[in-house]
Amino acid sequence: MLPESRTTGIVRLRTMRLIRAFETAAAAAWHAGKVRGSVHESTGQEAVATGIGAALRRDDWLASNHRGHGHAIAKGADPRAMMLELFGKAGGTCGGKGGSMHIADFSAGMLGANGVVGDGVTLALGAAHAIGLRGEDRIACAMFGDGAMNRGPLLEAMNWAAATRVPLLFVCEDNAWSATTRTRDVTAGPGAVARAEAFGLRAVSVDGNDLATVETAARELVEAVRSSGEPAFLHCRTWRWRGHYAPDKALYRDEAEQAARVTEDPIARWEAHLRAAGITEAELAAIAAQAEADIARWVAEAEAAPYPALRAAFTDVQDLGPPEELARHAA
Amino acid sequence: MTTLTYAEASRLALQQEMARDPLVWALGEDLGPEGGVAGQYRGLQQMFGSRRVVDTPISENAIMGAAVGAAVCGTRPVAELRFADFGLCAADELVNQAAKIRYMFNGQARVPLVARQAIGFRQGIAAQHSQSTEAFWVHIPGLVVVAPATPADNHALLKAAIRCDDPVVYLEHKELWQLTGEVDAEAPPAELGVAERLRTGRDLTLVTWSRMRHVCADAAETLAAEGIGADLFDLRTLWPWDRGAIFASVRRTGRLLVAHEAVRIAGLGAEIVASVTESLFGELKAPPARLGGPRAPTPFSKPLEDLHRISAADVAEAARRLVRG
Repeated sequence: MLPESRTTGIVRLRTMRLIRAFETAAAAAWHAGKVRGSVHESTGQEAVATGIGAALRRDDWLASNHRGHGHAIAKGADPRAMMLELFGKAGGTCGGKGGSMHIADFSAGMLGANGVVGDGVTLALGAAHAIGLRGEDRIACAMFGDGAMNRGPLLEAMNWAAATRVPLLFVCEDNAWSATTRTRDVTAGPGAVARAEAFGLRAVSVDGNDLATVETAARELVEAVRSSGEPAFLHCRTWRWRGHYAPDKALYRDEAEQAARVTEDPIARWEAHLRAAGITEAELAAIAAQAEADIARWVAEAEAAPYPALRAAFTDVQDLGPPEELARHAA
Repeated sequence: MTTLTYAEASRLALQQEMARDPLVWALGEDLGPEGGVAGQYRGLQQMFGSRRVVDTPISENAIMGAAVGAAVCGTRPVAELRFADFGLCAADELVNQAAKIRYMFNGQARVPLVARQAIGFRQGIAAQHSQSTEAFWVHIPGLVVVAPATPADNHALLKAAIRCDDPVVYLEHKELWQLTGEVDAEAPPAELGVAERLRTGRDLTLVTWSRMRHVCADAAETLAAEGIGADLFDLRTLWPWDRGAIFASVRRTGRLLVAHEAVRIAGLGAEIVASVTESLFGELKAPPARLGGPRAPTPFSKPLEDLHRISAADVAEAARRLVRG
């Protein structure tokens, strides 16, 4: 248990419950044909997002990946606007122009989910340079999966950040899967931490299904990055409960392993902490029910909301030489 | 007015913009002590420090990705990629991130960066160092594409590119680095999207850019002596290209020839010819024509490389055919 108040414990549970309810509802809406495109659920990984989000300040920059709903919620993006975005509706985080894989909320320091594995990391590297240039005391944080550990841009960014000493926290959310392939089957060497250490990065590996452990390690590393201006690496070991994306039934998985790993449910473990701290079953149930009710309400609102104005299809491309169609739709 | 090389002119522009705006910075390989592959950054790191002229590892993905991240976080990075051929190593970050972020995020952020990558031949540097990739970048929504051909333009256009809020692919030409010319150090930024009319003529509209500006100017001189007047334009900005100026000229001349160093097939010349044909078909006196390189990698050996180059004689001959039939 963190040495923090009962209120903080409840806030963290609320965040994790919101993420799980969001993912469950998003996948259901996809299967019902109400949400298009890709939905990558982060179910089972809630403690990583929540712990990192809690350790960062709102004005710290976070670059995320394709499995980024939880990261965005934990960083402070509005889940109602995110649900509108998934439905492609007006009022969505990105006005319905990005969808699940491109949710960004700059007002919350959220530099965006990303459809290209590993690319968010180099963006965070640039954010760290901007922080230095502007003389700010923010830090940049990149969240990526174990699959990204085999992408060139990430390896380039780890070397560069360590060599040039910029305030960047690398967070590897290791859910054991590279899309539908077991990461260990396609990865050489002793693992993510060894790779980070080979670049001279301070690297820590934690049980990513235990919120207190994640948040404690994240707070320590965030503070170190902020005070030293130098990068660090946090490896969070977790497990992806669902398939790679909504239509993936994950038939390639070992059922016994799956059954064993879901017993490490980060929400159940956090609730056990809270029970030990005197929070009642009724309170815990109320938090879960409230999160589910909020998400259900936002889903209903998103279904009922209007689509974006059609001219939005051609706006915000560029100032110079915008698409010719814009003139036709401008009226 | 002062006489500068094309490389020195761009260095002056960057120095002036860095002095004017503390959020302008440069990143890339060999910028510090070396001063860039053509000396175009010489002395700037000593002047502005290693935080604003950043020597990077040979990591093109990270150079471009870092430029994107720094741009959306409120700075104006100039990312040096050395050669357009290496710009392709960073194509993911330029195409999938820089060009799309403003749109995907509904205008929450702009991406005011300059991606400098020199195009073209440079006397025997062969297939992986000689490409002219401008058509590829023009094809990508979200990007502005600029190709200066003179020292004065490499000063005024680079200033404009740095101040532009859109991501700009800035294509200098490797064989122009040592070209000298008059530069007004106090010149304001050029207006992007505006072609320069080098000479007026009533017989054909001749459109070009980058190094081929000089080749076409020679050809136009030859043609003038023969009584053929070329209305010669250097586009300078390739997206958005100056449709107004080119269309107005073709309305006068009824004939269009586009000449570029890049591969002819699916080159930017094809787009210009198609646009003119769609809009001005009834006013054309002859089918528009285009000249460009062969669809083959650039060879090393001099006589072979020479075969890939469009000469002033080639341009003049194409113009004669267009005018005299």
